[in-house]
Amino acid sequence: MTVSIRVQREDFSLADEWTALRARTGTGSGAIAAFAGLVREDARGGPTETLFLEHYPGMTESSIADIVREAEERWPLDDVVIVHRVGELKPGDQIVLVLVASGHRAAAFAACEFLMDYLKTRAVFWKKETRGAASEWIRSTEDDFERAASWSEPGAAGD
Amino acid sequence: MGAVTVRVLFFASLREAVHEDALDLSLPSGATVADLRAVLGERLSGEGARAIADGDVRVAVNQRLLHSAQTRLAAGDEVAFLPPVTGG
Repeated sequence: MTVSIRVQREDFSLADEWTALRARTGTGSGAIAAFAGLVREDARGGPTETLFLEHYPGMTESSIADIVREAEERWPLDDVVIVHRVGELKPGDQIVLVLVASGHRAAAFAACEFLMDYLKTRAVFWKKETRGAASEWIRSTEDDFERAASWSEPGAAGD
Repeated sequence: MGAVTVRVLFFASLREAVHEDALDLSLPSGATVADLRAVLGERLSGEGARAIADGDVRVAVNQRLLHSAQTRLAAGDEVAFLPPVTGG
């Protein structure tokens, strides 16, 4: 199992990460699931002009590593890549990339979704939205918490 | 009685309320996180002091979330004040 976690200001390339992952995984991996998150224009009811992401170097990466370990306990995974951007982003910018390689598609899909749902609530990031002159530190939404909590219910998707 | 110096970090909304991202603080040896909070409460402006006293604020020592304010601090510890995380 190879885990690659990066928190960076720079943009990322799905194609490059995909190629690097393909070079690492052997012929035993029958499935790769990929998810990319983008900054949405209407994040909370109005046009977001900029989204600023702050992290705690070291602790943020460990919080993501903890989430990956939980996924590893649930599914047989061959390779996980998580790239998360910080700093100032604009609508349409790529913000997060998750790649999961596994033997079969069910595990790859489920682990990819699980990783995103947990990243949205547990990873150590703070987000600030700016619209015009107003800017505000935002919190995870109820929907985010419900999605993350759904993984600990009996019969949760992917179990 | 000796003293220990710790590095205190503030993130996101707390960084803005305190107007600093980090400061070094000298405390009597044997001081706990609760003692550090009391010292900070006097040293910071009203806005900063109120912000770090909020019940939602978590404290991490050396990058691990703390579960007891009675934890004793050692020289060189990194103590971070964290508002609720937004997630990725």
